[in-house]
Amino acid sequence: MVDITSEKNPRIGVFVCHCGTNIAGSIDVKDVVEYAKTLPNVVHAEDYQYVCSTPGQKKIEDAIKEKNLTGTVVAACSPRLHEPTFRRATQEGGLNPYRFEMANIREQNSWVHMHEKEEATAKAKDAVRIAVAKASLLQDLKPKFVDVEPAALVVGAGVAGMQAALDLANAGIKTYLIEKNPTIGGRMSQLDKTFPTLDCSQCILTPKMVEVGRNENIELMTYSEVEEVDGFIGNFSVKIRKKARGVLTPDEAEAKGIVGGGCNGCGDCEAVCPVIKPNPFEMGMKPRKAIYIYHPQVVPLIYTVDFDSCIKCGLCQTACGEKKAIDLEMQDEFVDLKVGTVVLALGYDIFPVEKKTEWGYKQFDNVVTSLEFERLICASGPTGGHLIRPSDGATPKRIGFVLCAGSRDNTGIGKPYCSRFCCMYSLKHAHQIIEKIPGAVPYIFYMDIRSFGKMYEEFYYRIQDEGAKFIRGRVSNILEDPATKNLHVYAEDTLLGRPVDVELDMVVLAAAVQPSAETEKTRRLFGVSCSQDGWLLEAHPKLNPCGTTTAGVYVAGVCQGPKDIPDTVAQAEGAASAASIPIHLGKVELEPYFAQCIEEKCAGCGMCVNLCPYQALSLVEKDGRKVMQVTEAKCKGCGTCGAYCPGGAIWMQHFTTPQIIAQIDAFLVGGEQ
Amino acid sequence: MAEDNGFKPKILGIICNWCSYAGADLAGSARTQYPPDIRIVRVMCTGRVDPLFIMKAFVDGADGVLVSGCHFGDCHYLEGNYKAAKRMFHLKRVLNSLGIEDKRLRMTFVSASEGAKWAKVVEDVVNTIKAAGPSPIKELAK
Repeated sequence: MVDITSEKNPRIGVFVCHCGTNIAGSIDVKDVVEYAKTLPNVVHAEDYQYVCSTPGQKKIEDAIKEKNLTGTVVAACSPRLHEPTFRRATQEGGLNPYRFEMANIREQNSWVHMHEKEEATAKAKDAVRIAVAKASLLQDLKPKFVDVEPAALVVGAGVAGMQAALDLANAGIKTYLIEKNPTIGGRMSQLDKTFPTLDCSQCILTPKMVEVGRNENIELMTYSEVEEVDGFIGNFSVKIRKKARGVLTPDEAEAKGIVGGGCNGCGDCEAVCPVIKPNPFEMGMKPRKAIYIYHPQVVPLIYTVDFDSCIKCGLCQTACGEKKAIDLEMQDEFVDLKVGTVVLALGYDIFPVEKKTEWGYKQFDNVVTSLEFERLICASGPTGGHLIRPSDGATPKRIGFVLCAGSRDNTGIGKPYCSRFCCMYSLKHAHQIIEKIPGAVPYIFYMDIRSFGKMYEEFYYRIQDEGAKFIRGRVSNILEDPATKNLHVYAEDTLLGRPVDVELDMVVLAAAVQPSAETEKTRRLFGVSCSQDGWLLEAHPKLNPCGTTTAGVYVAGVCQGPKDIPDTVAQAEGAASAASIPIHLGKVELEPYFAQCIEEKCAGCGMCVNLCPYQALSLVEKDGRKVMQVTEAKCKGCGTCGAYCPGGAIWMQHFTTPQIIAQIDAFLVGGEQ
Repeated sequence: MAEDNGFKPKILGIICNWCSYAGADLAGSARTQYPPDIRIVRVMCTGRVDPLFIMKAFVDGADGVLVSGCHFGDCHYLEGNYKAAKRMFHLKRVLNSLGIEDKRLRMTFVSASEGAKWAKVVEDVVNTIKAAGPSPIKELAK
């Protein structure tokens, strides 16, 4: 039976925080305390410099004991920061932790009304009065504990997802790693070298890829996407769509009774396939067949049929022979996973820089993006590492690098943020052409060079010494000489204070980055918020950079905001660590904000049952009539049912109708009229 | 800004924990200033907002009510904000029929990253209510 009674004679203690001058600078704290003492049910009120400090918390504990309090109110910062602190202090004092209510007089008062002390003080008094009204009606609640499924899901297998999956797996946790592409490796596998060490990107990445492929705790699912998500921390049910690959792995072949069959990556199929398509891994600059692998080091080494372009001629099947690896009638499959925690590592896409029409990308042959340049300079790329300009295959000598190509752009076309790694990779590109092409001169058009990482500034000096030319000025326009296909780059050299027109053989645009195409859909499936630019929103920008607003879901890598490889890997390790904690604990505590049915009021109409987004409510037969029943494990506490019930039969714990009405009354009729 | 006629409106804001409350906190961290004429009641989801709460506020003499939640598709509880928006739509018609202009009730969508938007929403609501004057219910009660 649900207990709807509240304290008959509530005794509330109020603690008003100065927060140094954060609050006291705009609010007359003493005045608020004196006012609090006049409120109904308040038997104790005091102020303190920092209520969150150890002595501040001690004051709460002492007051509860000395004044026999039944509830506490702290007027301080946002409950999103210190609610747990003060709940604990309330508990230490001997009360149920849910007998605590917070009045936010900092984020939503002193900081937003900094120059209106009188108004801010009046607002603080109102906030305290509203909080006291609720605290007077608060009840003892028991936290809810749920078991945690001992498995984790990592979405995205770029360097962030791979690192997170490896850390989780090495911590002994069964980890599912989902990747939309046929191979793992992500953007990093497309890069030639990494700054500032000039390590070969593939050389440092492939060991990780191999490790991911071999780790016994990692179940790798490439060419797969998240289709549906249900549940909450500890108990996520995730439906994965395994896209039809058209090719059986050796394991899949064995399951079908084809002994010694399945794809072994020999490539005989590819050799005979008559369909030629651009390879997206090579930025479309190298062909691939309708049956393909991206590059020789793919993990897993399994071919994939592109069913959008396959003409089903069957030549590949003939070439494959006894291995019988190719199934051109294969359909998408669905796999249901149960996991306790999730890491999202969704990566990024390149901003479509052709939108900035003044730079001529996709208009002029010799204007390329940085990622295209990476492939052109890479030994395993379409040209075998011989940098050529696309118009005539000649070796370019004068190469322009346009930084902030779509980044730091407030025109509404590009992105307002700094993409954070373009300065450094452009310096690296400059170094690479100086090294590879005798007599080559890089021209770097920049706004500022942002070389903030370890050994980055030193790398910048090195590139200056190597002879790169730096022109501080944003490029206004690029035009092509139709005869030579050379490019005229127009900019203002803001150091010399004069316009420049530089004739170049080739221009590389350091294009901005943006959230990957799947980010929006995937984040909504997991209920994760995003920032204005579409990057996933971390739980706190400083102190919880791997968490999200959804408990049990963590973020890693560029999907949370542009970052370079070291930062990506570091965040991935952080996210993996955070995601492993609930799994190792085996249980998580959930706030007991769930619905209860006041059976004597319930008419059994069942309206609430259909409203619940989590199927947590049902009608059951009790004493010869129908009443609603709540499955507490499924209820997440949104309160939608409570807002609808025509009979007022739903008791929404901690946000009960009497509590909310009391708050409204306290605001509007409880104060000075 | 509306003309300051000395009228200090009483505006109740019922906002959701995950988006608008977080957005309002962000406005605070960023020290984005806005008018102080609003008092907040926090709920976990705008889906919790019973029309009764709003009617009670108007009966109690509120000059305006702001309900603010997550953007559509971003609700922490899947669809509470849709349900709230639907309810507010119907409630506005009821309010009109009772002689309370429906502009006194606003539903907005402010995400956790939209601190500046929160400040603008409050400013806008305060201006609207200031221009509308005291609630007709207050006049009746005199």
